[in-house]
Amino acid sequence: MSISQFIDNEIKSNDVVLFMKGTPQFPMCGFSGQVVQILDHIGVPYKGLNVLDSGDLREGIKQYSNWPTVPQLYVKGEFVGGCDIVREMFQAGELQTLFKDKGVASKESARA
Amino acid sequence: MGTVERIQNSLTSGLSPDRLEVIDESGQHVGHAGAIPGKITHVRVKVTTTAFAGKSRIERHRAVNELLKDEIAAGLHALAIEAKAPGE
Repeated sequence: MSISQFIDNEIKSNDVVLFMKGTPQFPMCGFSGQVVQILDHIGVPYKGLNVLDSGDLREGIKQYSNWPTVPQLYVKGEFVGGCDIVREMFQAGELQTLFKDKGVASKESARA
Repeated sequence: MGTVERIQNSLTSGLSPDRLEVIDESGQHVGHAGAIPGKITHVRVKVTTTAFAGKSRIERHRAVNELLKDEIAAGLHALAIEAKAPGE
């Protein structure tokens, strides 16, 4: 399986996928850590994929989305954005709306 | 010409911004992954331009990333982007 097939499979078989540096338990970069905090705050289940585990994955995800930086968040197969976009959407309440509209369950009590 | 000036020039010619700030934040990341002492590795860009009116967040970031792709390829490790249209 090629790296782009692997990525494609991950984002299509998991509702919420975060490509990041480090793991949700131990983020290795401040930007990845911010997205982890936001997802944990909203209370949405997600799969974290550590690009530091694989040079192929690290380059592959940048090509897959034509986006030069990590982290990258995908919801229901769709690229949402990186750290700045996720944070702006969270602060505006748009991220919570996106999860709701896409049918991804989250803690209802979460507020920006 | 330094990294910050090159970024300013690229964004100025590409986006004709009403307002542009390019801030070197490398000093805040000393010791982190990707930080190289004495090099500009972490930059924050604040740009306001009519070119972003009606564009999605992803489209705005893609425009900035595209204009700065040479800098990213040359070792700019982290690029924080605040992209606005006038009035936002």
